[in-house]
Amino acid sequence: MKKVQQPDKDGVQLLDEQDKALVGLIQSGLPICSRPYQSLGEQAGIAEEEVIARLQKMQQTGCIRRMGVIVRHRELGYRANAMVVWDVPDEKVSEMGRCMSQFEFITLCYRRPRCLPDWPYNLFCMIHGHSREEAMQNLDEMIGKCKIEYKHQVLFSRRCFKQRGAVYQPEASISDSVKSELAESFAFTKIVSGTR
Amino acid sequence: MQFDSLDRNIINTLQKGFPLTEYPYRDAAESLGTTESELISRLQSMLDEGVLTRFGPMFQIERFGGAFTLAAMKVPPDQFDSVAEQVNQFSEVAHNYQRDHDFNMWFVIATEDIGEIEAVIEKIEVLTGIKVYNMPKLEEYFVNLQFAV
Repeated sequence: MKKVQQPDKDGVQLLDEQDKALVGLIQSGLPICSRPYQSLGEQAGIAEEEVIARLQKMQQTGCIRRMGVIVRHRELGYRANAMVVWDVPDEKVSEMGRCMSQFEFITLCYRRPRCLPDWPYNLFCMIHGHSREEAMQNLDEMIGKCKIEYKHQVLFSRRCFKQRGAVYQPEASISDSVKSELAESFAFTKIVSGTR
Repeated sequence: MQFDSLDRNIINTLQKGFPLTEYPYRDAAESLGTTESELISRLQSMLDEGVLTRFGPMFQIERFGGAFTLAAMKVPPDQFDSVAEQVNQFSEVAHNYQRDHDFNMWFVIATEDIGEIEAVIEKIEVLTGIKVYNMPKLEEYFVNLQFAV
């Protein structure tokens, strides 16, 4: 299924200097012109076909998850999200995580450690909907289809205190929008708090 | 912004990927049943209108190095704002959110090395007098990250 290997420490070495230069050039987007890779090559001082080959490799190694349209969820009307946390027996957590991750309205699904005795939850997912009601209906649908019978809690976000922080920057400096994406994938929230 | 069927088709199709070819807009336009210039102009307007965050790569940023965790705190409600201020002073802290729960403060800690995460947590605990719960990602179940319009 869609489970991907853990990020590894070798990730850093997957990129050489030329790759980093390319990352710096494309982090805010591809050129919108007929031959974008040629244009990037001119800026980076390498040939068009080498740009293409390097980008292919970065997709294969997972440094680039995918290329294409990256939408603002709120602009598409997905205004509600909920972080839902579950207490799933360890031997069941992978199965549950894989089942949950199939639904279109789930954008993130992670296993995290319990912090006993205060925090028994070990599976986190983010559910989206056009409204809170729809997000809750989606939750019910998922509980039914995955036959989930584990204790869970729903945490809606209320306020954002720090949208962007000084996230560690690798040599190829990463833009705010990319940082935002990163932090979102950990904090899960940009959408409801909607600070745009 | 109102979407017509071509806009919707562009968003739904190009969330799945983009060709790595010499003329990628032309090739993508062909499969969308439109022209290269029309596709370019639609994408440009969606960027200008703010419908798209960007057109290009979605990075798997952990692969670029660095260490990250999700941290949570149970902050007494009457101290929330002052604790938020203390926590947000740390340059390693990003994306601090209040949520409706006893665990009401949730934020990301990002550092260069994994060992520094614990150090930041200790500093926050000393400064605020409140326990910080460390919940790093152990496993990720991948989702499609696509939104239909």
